[in-house]
Amino acid sequence: MVGTLTRSERRIGIVLSVSLGLLGLGMAAGARHGVMAVHGMMALGLGLALIFHIGGALYDEPEPAPGRSGRYYDAPTRFGIGMTLLWAIVGMAAGVWVAALLYWPEATPPWPWTSFGRLRPVHTTGVIFGFGGNALIATSFHVLQRTSRARLADALSPWVVLIGYNLFCAWAVTGYLMGSTQSKEYAEAEWYADLWLVVVWSVYFTLYIRTLARRNEPHIYVANWYYLAFILVVAMLHVVNNLALPVSLGAADSFTIWSGVQDAMIQWWYGHNAVAFFLTAGFLGMLYYFLPVRSGRPIWSYRLSIVSFWGIVFFYIWVGSHHLHYTALPYWAQTLGMTFSVMLLVPSWASAGNAIATLNGAWHKVRDDATLRFMFVAAVFYGLSTFEGSFLAIRPVNSLSHYTDWTVGHVHAGTLGWVAMIVFGAIYTLVPQLAGRETMAWPRAIEWHFWSAVGGTLVYVIAMWNAGITQGLMWRTYDESGALSYSFIESVRTMAPYYLLRTLGGAMFLGGAVICALNCRATMRAAGGREDAADHPLSLHPAE
Amino acid sequence: MSAPRPYNAPDTDAPTGHREVDPVTGYDTTGHDWNGIRELNTPFPRIVVWALGLTFLYSVVTWVLLPAWPTGHTYTRGLLGLDQSEAAVERLREVDAVRQGWLARFDDPDFTALAADRDLMAWATPAADRLYQDNCAACHGFAGGGGPGFPDLRDTAWLWGGDPETVAETLRHGINAPDPDTRIAEMPAFDWLDRSERRELAAYVAALPTGDATHDSPAGFLFAENCEACHGAQGGGGLMNGAPSLADAAVIYGQDPGTVMETLRVGRRGVMPAWGDRLSAAEINLLASYVSRVSENGKGGRE
Ligand code: HEC
Ligand code: HEC
Repeated sequence: MVGTLTRSERRIGIVLSVSLGLLGLGMAAGARHGVMAVHGMMALGLGLALIFHIGGALYDEPEPAPGRSGRYYDAPTRFGIGMTLLWAIVGMAAGVWVAALLYWPEATPPWPWTSFGRLRPVHTTGVIFGFGGNALIATSFHVLQRTSRARLADALSPWVVLIGYNLFCAWAVTGYLMGSTQSKEYAEAEWYADLWLVVVWSVYFTLYIRTLARRNEPHIYVANWYYLAFILVVAMLHVVNNLALPVSLGAADSFTIWSGVQDAMIQWWYGHNAVAFFLTAGFLGMLYYFLPVRSGRPIWSYRLSIVSFWGIVFFYIWVGSHHLHYTALPYWAQTLGMTFSVMLLVPSWASAGNAIATLNGAWHKVRDDATLRFMFVAAVFYGLSTFEGSFLAIRPVNSLSHYTDWTVGHVHAGTLGWVAMIVFGAIYTLVPQLAGRETMAWPRAIEWHFWSAVGGTLVYVIAMWNAGITQGLMWRTYDESGALSYSFIESVRTMAPYYLLRTLGGAMFLGGAVICALNCRATMRAAGGREDAADHPLSLHPAE
Repeated sequence: MSAPRPYNAPDTDAPTGHREVDPVTGYDTTGHDWNGIRELNTPFPRIVVWALGLTFLYSVVTWVLLPAWPTGHTYTRGLLGLDQSEAAVERLREVDAVRQGWLARFDDPDFTALAADRDLMAWATPAADRLYQDNCAACHGFAGGGGPGFPDLRDTAWLWGGDPETVAETLRHGINAPDPDTRIAEMPAFDWLDRSERRELAAYVAALPTGDATHDSPAGFLFAENCEACHGAQGGGGLMNGAPSLADAAVIYGQDPGTVMETLRVGRRGVMPAWGDRLSAAEINLLASYVSRVSENGKGGRE
């Protein structure tokens, strides 16, 4: 990292690290004890580590060669991919563990931090923000530079973004373990972590816009539209949903300013748009770049990509209320959520169709190249889960599916089948390039990963479909006598075989991710000197 | 990746004029080129327009029929005039009406007459079972077998009595529950006894169910002095005052010496919630006859 920075950048880096350490010290001193004090110490530790890391190399390591502005800045991407894989393993392992706990609840160890309630958000935050978020940031830097034919606007802010973002994830996850949570799903981290993320996100947005402004292409490629929508809308959602009053400046507790049904509506406006703009828009950006690159085919339809972008962005924002069917939320809000969800299907399928049609003329590559196959499967699952989403949003369907494991199955069709698959496709495209090699170190292992990922996803999703529909039916069946036909506990016990299968499917998926991480490590260790002569910015901008 | 072309090359990005044609699809490209990524100028597929139109039509029809758009202080009600709270209440009333058809018979706690009506019981037992599973199984077990701290409801050993009238009374007011008429049953702590005395007592109590206890012993005297008032002569119980018989095989907390030592040290005060506010009188009577039948059938509970 330090070797890619000039001496003056290193000095600014030290100043920033000192500020981070002071911030951590302030938090720890202000809180004295409890979660916030631990988090302060974490920030202090990170600040000190960075000071030593940069300071140790301040004068020793040579400065980057003068021509660095003539090349893309890939060191942050490399770091981001590393963090992606690390979080993949942490988050997915937590998921497999909590899945196993649902089958063997007696296996819960006696310590509070190992309870299901604390580990579940470790899983969701670990995979969505840790794995997904790092993958989005790392690939966005790559895609942004390539499609703009410009180097990142400066060398420090990508590090601020990545290190700051990972500090947020680490704060969130360790906070849950210590029992600290805002109790908002996918937004459990407490107020100071939320504020920290706002700072990090502003740096990210500024960097993105500044680099885009320096582009040497007349048009902004559609992938960048998606990444930008992701950055911008996530900022808006995050700020509004997390508005809260801290109990005191020295405590990790706060009260949300929203209350009652408004709170529920804001939460699911956030929650569903986290699916839309975090788990969909950003990854569509990834798809729109890596799919044509890997298949060597032009995007099938320019018009379709533009129309689906605006369709997705416009319709998604409305649909959060479909999470609150048959609740205290007014009926009219539910109707709007339902109808917009149905209309949303068209642009979603247009995107999936556009991706699949792009593969026309490259089907032999899909057959032979597991990396491209990851992307193809991702597009198929994207189509599948968006259809399912619109279907589940229809009120009467929802009366069967809501609160059941069908929802869990739906989410995982999207996250395993679509999000994770496209990430793996992108990683297998990127890592050899970052390592200066033609291929991954173990090309065969990509096949193993592919099949365990696809197999794991199918086992998981099919088990949860069955589980959810069974649950929904058991909960709504009445005897002739007007009594429910099944007690609740019976429906719980019926889930046992499905929960076992789910654990198995998850373990298969995790196994694949571990193979991927090992493969990437081997590839980076066996780095070569191969360089794509054409892979450089078009005109030279000084990197300030 | 194909080699990128500089963006200002004359044949690119011109809205008209020369463009490259993709040999696979036969469509020309838009002329944009990002690091080798190009886009086809495929005409907008008809089917997408149709699909958009169709989903839009669905939405408009739904908006006309159902409550949909807010208009300041109110909202468009929709032609069907649906209201979700009314619909929910109506549905509950319907189910309740079916249930009341037979449940009303349990308002009158003439348990002998109820038990004699075999048709009624055949009809009601599955409902009673569900009521039991949803409200009682968490403590008393799926099959009524109880567990540490929670009595077995299938056996014939009772704290208060197993006839339906008594069970109904227990259910209504609970045991040691926050209810003015609750049953009170407290096992006082005997921590003031010497530890050695407690140890002897514990050994004595543990031997009671097997009949190996020597009553004519220091422990036997201690028991007669301190415990008989509640637990009956030689722990035989039967006083129906909430204190269990210590001579039978049934246990609540456990009758091994270790657990008895714990019982003597800290005392016991098990809580059975009062159900009078949560379940209707008829439901309580239904459950009472169900529980006493489960016990009559010996181990003939569920499973
Ligand atoms: C929160 C746990 C709990 C729940 C729920 C519960 N019980 Fe109990 N129940 C107890 C305990 C504890 C006792 C024993 C009290 C004692 O030790 O004195 C008991 C005692 C009883 C007794 C008295 C047994 C006797 O020997 O006289 C009956 C009958 C009974 N429960 C029935 C029920 C029924 C029917 C339900 C469901 C409506 C139910 N219980 C729900 C905890 C519970
Ligand atoms: C004031 C009445 C009272 C006295 C005196 C009394 N007990 Fe109890 N005992 C109870 C009650 C009531 C229970 C049931 C408590 C419950 O279930 O929560 C009980 C429970 C027990 C149990 C637990 C039984 C089981 O199945 O787990 C043991 C053992 C016991 N008593 C032993 C004794 C001994 C030994 C003495 C004399 C030193 C004694 N008790 C004196 C009222 C009494």
